[in-house]
Amino acid sequence: MFEKALTGTRNYFAWLIFLLVFIGIGFACYLYQYQEGLGITGMGRDVSWGFYIAQFTFLVGVAASAVMLVLPYYLHDVKVFGKITILGEFLAIASVVMCILFVTVDVGYPNRLLNLILYPSPNSILFWDFIVLNVYLLLNLLIGWNVLTAERKAVAPPTWVKPLIYLSIPWAISIHTVTAFLYAGMPGRHFWLTAIMAVRFLGSAFAAGPALLILLALLLKRLTPFDAGQEALNKLRNIITYAMLASIFFVLLEIFTAFYSNIPGHKHAFQYLFFGLEGHGKYVAWTWISVVAGIGAAFLLLLPITRKNNAWLVAACIGVFGSLWIEKGLTLVVTGFVPSPLEHITEYAPTLPEIFIALGIWATGFLVLTLLYKIALSVKLDPNSASIH
Amino acid sequence: MGINRREFLRISGIASLWGLGGRAAFEILKPGVLEAQTREPLSKAKKWAMVIDTRKFKGEEDFQRCVDACIKAHNIPKVTNVRQEIKWIWKEQYENAFPDDQNQFLPEGMEHKPFLVLCNHCTNPPCVRVCPTQATFKRPDGIVMMDYHRCIGCRFCMAGCPYGSRSFNWRDPRKFIKENTNLEYPTRSKGVVEKCNFCEERIAKGLYPACVEASNGAMAFGDLDNPNSEVRKLLKENYSIRRKPSLGTQPNIYYLV
Amino acid sequence: MMYDENKIIPMIIIFVALVTFPLWYNLGKAAPKPDPKIDTPVIQALQNKQCIEPKAAMKTTHMKILDEWRNDVVRGDYSRQMTTADGRVFEKSLQNGCMKCHSNKTKFCDQCHNYMEVKPFCWDCHIAPKETN
Repeated sequence: MFEKALTGTRNYFAWLIFLLVFIGIGFACYLYQYQEGLGITGMGRDVSWGFYIAQFTFLVGVAASAVMLVLPYYLHDVKVFGKITILGEFLAIASVVMCILFVTVDVGYPNRLLNLILYPSPNSILFWDFIVLNVYLLLNLLIGWNVLTAERKAVAPPTWVKPLIYLSIPWAISIHTVTAFLYAGMPGRHFWLTAIMAVRFLGSAFAAGPALLILLALLLKRLTPFDAGQEALNKLRNIITYAMLASIFFVLLEIFTAFYSNIPGHKHAFQYLFFGLEGHGKYVAWTWISVVAGIGAAFLLLLPITRKNNAWLVAACIGVFGSLWIEKGLTLVVTGFVPSPLEHITEYAPTLPEIFIALGIWATGFLVLTLLYKIALSVKLDPNSASIH
Repeated sequence: MGINRREFLRISGIASLWGLGGRAAFEILKPGVLEAQTREPLSKAKKWAMVIDTRKFKGEEDFQRCVDACIKAHNIPKVTNVRQEIKWIWKEQYENAFPDDQNQFLPEGMEHKPFLVLCNHCTNPPCVRVCPTQATFKRPDGIVMMDYHRCIGCRFCMAGCPYGSRSFNWRDPRKFIKENTNLEYPTRSKGVVEKCNFCEERIAKGLYPACVEASNGAMAFGDLDNPNSEVRKLLKENYSIRRKPSLGTQPNIYYLV
Repeated sequence: MMYDENKIIPMIIIFVALVTFPLWYNLGKAAPKPDPKIDTPVIQALQNKQCIEPKAAMKTTHMKILDEWRNDVVRGDYSRQMTTADGRVFEKSLQNGCMKCHSNKTKFCDQCHNYMEVKPFCWDCHIAPKETN
């Protein structure tokens, strides 16, 4: 089926070239980083993880959110998702690819990455994250590819795919739970040391991922003859609504605990985020943008006049995605390091090469996504392949 | 040299029978012999610990001597970008080293009082727990060790350490090492995490850690599992504090205040 | 018959040219034969000039020995010394063992490593002895 990605309109190739340019710039910047070391980033001894790991964390959520299509479709027989389940699975593949790349560029000694397997360490959450992410990638590749091949041949997928699909449901939950455990188990990092970190992650993931899917589906509708169907979008919108509300609720729970308990260490990170701490407040504006966008989007998703209008839906999805990207893809990781264990406040901002490397990885993800979607749509829109849906 | 190990043990044994402290027994011996003999069991401890008598640090040079001894012994680079510094042992103010016990009124001189901080060689080290390759691990004698050949530079240990005791080589450290390198000790390469190793390379030779040796008696080092060790005696005779004890990491650096 | 032979055949030629590029590139540039030297002052002063193992064994297994030493010292039994078959004691250390005798890294290590195009990362961290010339 790969050949289907090799033909396309002028615009299709223009888009691929556009992505390749960013990949090229990102790769060049990575070579520079490989040569000089991670010293070219904005990270340091106090804020020792930054933009890369934040993107990784956010994208694990996007990857996990495919389950919001798979679960209703396969467990609750929500037929309208049949047409777009593959879009969710392929989005998961592209996201996991980005996750793996983000971890790779963040590692100081990438030549030794195989040590993760050579010296397996079950006591380390990172070891488990490595396993669950790679297995999740494999599951989605196997499932997506086989289901699509079957669709092309107008036959039912092989029987062994079904158990894998069921397995992929708890597995999606596991990738984001384990990723939350990276943070939630560290003594002395008050901002992360919270039992609801995993559900917070899942909540925000199940809002941000489907929001991106709606945007992608509407984009495909405009650019190609493929229509996901209004009913499917409405169902996704409902999922986003509840996930977003849960997400906001979880953040409020954190704020309650920090401020009602009045424990300084628990309050510091939130003070830093919302108001700035001792004159340091690089993320205050971002935080408020996230708050306004998130709450605004929640209203758009709830109000009867706006929720039934696709133009407003686009605005709401951008709001949800943007708000949660700021929360998880920017501030969550950085704020965990502020103040430092020695109560110093060191602020972090990514450097230009760091941003270009990240953009290069995002472009790689979108390249993978474009190719996969191209293949999927070619099958679905091919008049010769009798679609079973 | 007039005395062998057996004889030393006999003399010190007799000395303790007389009710004299270990130190009194040492005084019977010639200087130099003391050092050679007391260092013998240094390689066989069950649990290394350090006691820092902060009362004995009077001026800036008292701290600098210890810090410099470490920098020289381990070829620690002087990174120009403060944000990406590499530090094994360094000076922090009281309120930074002990952020949890902040009394409104402190004894004279306690506010902003400098303390030496370093890796605590915790009994329950979170850095070891989180390391995905066992590049950092706990030795049977309690030293939290780094294997620079295995570290992948993921920096999970830096996020895990509640004391900020770990440094990452953001760049090639060789660019920041001055001329007087210790040719007996390696440097590190870019991309790995490093930290205080309790001078395990010196302990193996029966020498005290470089900072302890340079401290003129303000720092003591010994086996916490040996009730007769110098550190145990100091802890028995003085009230000591440790950094962030509520986290359950059980630091093995004790401070006398 | 073959389809698209006007595309396929040039592509095959380009592919073969690319794959064999290293051969073409190095054609006629024979690397000089390695000539490792062991004539350092320390070795010359030695009565028994034998290394820890016979020369042939050292040639083929020195990297393995170094790796074992490293493991012993850093995370194995923490032993720092080894005894040769004939009872001599050496420190298990590249910097404080091997290089104390073989103080001529460029004429000892680099000769073969360069010839074989192997780039061990020992010297990223371990400090080579100062060489006079």
